[in-house]
Amino acid sequence: MDTLVGYVMLAAAACFVLGLHLMNHPATARAGNLLSAGAMGAAVLGAGVVIVRDATITATGWLVLVAGAATGSAAGFYAARSVRMTAMPQLVSLFNAVGGGAAALLAVSDLIGPGEALTVRVGVPAAVDIAIGAVTFTGSLLAAAKLQGMVSGAPVVFAGSRVVNAALGVTMLGAGAWLAVAPDSAVALALLAAAALAFGVTMVLPIGGADMPVVISLLNAFTGTAVAMAGFVLGETVLIIAGALVGASGGILTKLMADAMNRSIPNIIVGGFGTGADAPTAG
Amino acid sequence: MSPDLLTAVTIFTLSLLVGVEVISKVPATLHTPLMSGANAIHGVVLVGALYVAASAHDAVGYVVAFLAVAFGAANVVGGYVVTDRMLGMFRSRRAPEG
Repeated sequence: MDTLVGYVMLAAAACFVLGLHLMNHPATARAGNLLSAGAMGAAVLGAGVVIVRDATITATGWLVLVAGAATGSAAGFYAARSVRMTAMPQLVSLFNAVGGGAAALLAVSDLIGPGEALTVRVGVPAAVDIAIGAVTFTGSLLAAAKLQGMVSGAPVVFAGSRVVNAALGVTMLGAGAWLAVAPDSAVALALLAAAALAFGVTMVLPIGGADMPVVISLLNAFTGTAVAMAGFVLGETVLIIAGALVGASGGILTKLMADAMNRSIPNIIVGGFGTGADAPTAG
Repeated sequence: MSPDLLTAVTIFTLSLLVGVEVISKVPATLHTPLMSGANAIHGVVLVGALYVAASAHDAVGYVVAFLAVAFGAANVVGGYVVTDRMLGMFRSRRAPEG
């Protein structure tokens, strides 16, 4: 059974690649997305089969699983169906935020949960996962809020903002290294999560609304990397493949988008560009 | 480095290279749908979230698992549906603002 599910996961990973490839051309893009969606359905079904077969899940676990899946699916479906066409980029950013959040939570769950002694083998990917996932979570939420006009699209640069950014970055690196060597440390975990959540906000604040689609694409690549790291933590190959795939292709796509705007990625990230008043609602 | 970790790192590295290669000369109108499609693919995090829910045994674990599953499901379902809507617009009207 494990072998069969393994092949299903491999087929799903292959279909993700093919689907993404088909999405390069207008004529085949929709079919590519459907192929990818079908593969995702198969992967989730495969996971369900393994869970039923293993039978280690508690009754409360089932309740949590079904309620969570129903809530998330309903919210995602409703939002995706009802959103205005012009508001789609911010919705994608919201979906990216929850994806990054989920990836970070997987590592958190592995670290705080019971199980065998934690080693650096788990600590390193877990620390990277939590750092990137948490940055993506708040960063994408803020990016969506900027596009939606809930937060001013204008670049927000306050006195000492660069210093705050640098300090948060150093804190993240320090706490991340600490958590990597001491995965049991709750203090390191809390410090890393807090610094990363704050960094997501301070990273996106100085960036103008017009550059937001490129930033969302970059954060999308971040989430892919975080998901791949979650795959390392959990030992799930399909997460590693799909995460790395999105991490790399998202990175290339970010560069293409920046090139199309005649802007460089570092230039965009430094921020302070434009007034945000002419922010496009679609990239 | 244990063999299983080496295998995982190998898979990760090759997948990165595939990811770089799979995006070719995309027309600018497809940038946003492609971003959205890639966004849906990292919703595969849902698979990991399901396994986490299956191994949760205490209150904190259940709360974390619930959030992870709900987030992952929203990412997957919403991601694919909104991408399909974007691409649907693309087909019915020539050259929409993508």
